[in-house]
Amino acid sequence: MTLLDAPITPLDEQPHLPPGAVHVGARRRRWPGVGPLLAGLFLAILVVAVIRPSLLAHGNPLTVDQAATLLPPSIHHLFGTDQNGRDVYTRVVYGARESLSIGLAATAVGLALGMILGLAAGLGSKWIDTVVSRFLEVMFAFPSMLLALLFVAMFGAGVTSLIIAVGIGTAPGYARMIRGQVIAVRDTPYVEAARVLGHSRKRIVFRHVLPNAMRPLVVLGTLGVGQAIVWASALSFLGLGAAPPAPEWGAMLAAGRDYISVAWWLELIPGAVIVLTSLATTALGRHIQRGIEGRIST
Amino acid sequence: MTSRSLRAVHRLRWVAGRIGGAAFVVWGAATVTFLSLHLMPGSPAMAYAGGAAAHPTRAELAYVSREYGLDHSLVVQYLLYLGRLVRGNLGYSPSQQQAVSTVIRQNVGPTMELTLCSLVLAWVLAVLSSIVTVRRGRVASSIGSGLEILTASLPQYWLGILLLEVLAFHLRIFPATGGTGFEGLALPSLTLAVPLAGFIGQVTREEFEAALEQPYVTTARARGMGDWGVRLRHGLRHAILPGLTMSGWALGSLISGAVIVETLFSRQGLGNVLVQGVTQQDMPLTIGVVLVVAVVYVVANLAVDLLYQVADPRLKRA
Repeated sequence: MTLLDAPITPLDEQPHLPPGAVHVGARRRRWPGVGPLLAGLFLAILVVAVIRPSLLAHGNPLTVDQAATLLPPSIHHLFGTDQNGRDVYTRVVYGARESLSIGLAATAVGLALGMILGLAAGLGSKWIDTVVSRFLEVMFAFPSMLLALLFVAMFGAGVTSLIIAVGIGTAPGYARMIRGQVIAVRDTPYVEAARVLGHSRKRIVFRHVLPNAMRPLVVLGTLGVGQAIVWASALSFLGLGAAPPAPEWGAMLAAGRDYISVAWWLELIPGAVIVLTSLATTALGRHIQRGIEGRIST
Repeated sequence: MTSRSLRAVHRLRWVAGRIGGAAFVVWGAATVTFLSLHLMPGSPAMAYAGGAAAHPTRAELAYVSREYGLDHSLVVQYLLYLGRLVRGNLGYSPSQQQAVSTVIRQNVGPTMELTLCSLVLAWVLAVLSSIVTVRRGRVASSIGSGLEILTASLPQYWLGILLLEVLAFHLRIFPATGGTGFEGLALPSLTLAVPLAGFIGQVTREEFEAALEQPYVTTARARGMGDWGVRLRHGLRHAILPGLTMSGWALGSLISGAVIVETLFSRQGLGNVLVQGVTQQDMPLTIGVVLVVAVVYVVANLAVDLLYQVADPRLKRA
C-alpha cells in the first residue's frame, strides 16, 4: 500500500483476545504461500546489502568513470551507469543501508508521535481525548504530502528533516488507529473483569490494556516501513532529501530526473527496487497480521 | 410534532453540526500555518521576506515587519493574520514577486483540471475492472484483483516515468511535457489515476461480488435478464456507493500526487508552485498554498458527506 495518504490497515477488525489465545489456529498450516516466501527472500537480500554490501557488489559506489557515462544495462553494468559513469547496480546495493534506515527512522518517528497522541487520548481524561481528537481532525485537513512539505519548508531540506517530515505526515493516521485500539481494549470483558477484581488502574493499564493494544503495532510498523520508504523517496525525488553524491535510492531518483529522456534505467531501476521493497514489507506485514489474527486466509 | 418533521429537525441539526465541524477544522488549519511561521528557526520577518537565502536588506525587513504587524505581541499578530485571511489576503510571495493569492488564482485551474480528470479516470478504470472480471472464472478475477493490488502500490513518480518512457519517448503517442488540451493532460492524469484506480477497484470489487449474490440479483436473472443487464442495472449501483465515500479521501491523495506529477511533467499548477516555494524557502507562498488546499480538501469532504446522505436512500430512515 504505497499510494500517498493511503489508510494503512483497518484495525477495527482486530479480535480482542486475551494474551495467549492469539496463536490458536495460526499454526494450522506451515506453508506460508509463495508471496510471503518471495518477500522474505527479497528482504533477506536487502539485509545482506545493509550489513555487508561488498558481498553483493565488488565495486565502489562513488567511483567516477568519465569513459563510461550513461551506459545502458549490460553484462558489465547490470543496471547501467549514471551520468558520471558510476555503476548503478553498486549504488543500489550500497544505497540500501541509508534508504532502509530512513524508512525505519521515519516509521519510528511517526509511531512514536502517534503513540503519544493516541495513548493520551485513549487513556487520558475525556477532556484530553476531546482536545487530541480535535487536533487530529485539524491535522487530517492537510493531505500528508503537504504536511511533510510544510515541515521541510520550515526546517530546510536534508535527511534528518526528511525523516521527521515523513514521520509527521504519517503520525495522525497512527494516532487515530492507536486511540481506537486502546479504547476497544479498554472496553473488553477481561479488562472489566480485572477492574471488578480490584486491580489498580496502573496495573490494568500496564498488564492488560497496553500489551493488547500495542500488539497490532508490529503489523502497523512493518506495513509503515514500506510506505515510509516510498514517501521519503517521493520527497527525495523532488530534490528535498539526501544530498546527490550519496548512494541513496531517493537521491539517485532526484539526480536521474535530468536524464529521463536519454537514460530510463537511472529512474526506473532504483524506483523498481523501492516498489519491490515496499511490496515485500507489505506482504510480510500482512502475513504477520494474519498470524496475529489467528486466521489464515487463502 | 409528527415523526416526519422530527426527522427533518434531526437531519438539519446533523448538517449544521457537520458544517460547524468543518469551520472549526478550517480555523485550526489557519492556526497551524500561523504557528509554523513562528516555530521555524529564524525570525518571522526573515521568513516573510523570503528566508536567509534571499538576503533581504534591513529596509526590506523593516518594511515586512510593519506590513505584517510583526512588532506587535503574538496575540495581536495572530488576530491580524486571521483578519488578513478573512479578507482573502494571503501575503506577498518574495520568490514569485506577486501576491500569493494571485499566484494561487493563476495555478488552481490546471491543478483542479488534473485532479478531477484523474478522479473520473480512476473511477472508470476501477468500475471497468470490476464489471469485466468479477465472477468471470478464477483466472479473470485473479488477474483483475492482482492488477489492482499491483497498481495500488506503484509510486506516481515511477509510473509517470514508465509512461513517459513508453508512450512519449518510444511510441511518441503523447508529448513528454507541455502540450495543450487533452494531449498535455493525458499522461499526467493517467499517472495519477492508475494507482488510485487500484485502490478504488479493491473496494468496488468486494462490493460488486457481494451485490451479485443478493436475492434481487437472482430474481432479476430468473426474470430472464441478461448477464450484462444484471451487472449494469443491479450490481453497479451497489458497488459504486461505498466507494463514493472514498472520493473525499481520494482527493487528498490526488493532491499529494499532483505535487509529484506536476513536477515530473513540468506542468503548471499548485503542486509545482508549492515545490518551488519549499525549495526557495518562500514561506508566505508555501503556507498560502498549503492552507488553500486544506480548505478545499475540507470542503470537498464535507460535500461528499452531505451528498452521501442524498445518494443512499437507506440512510434517510436512520
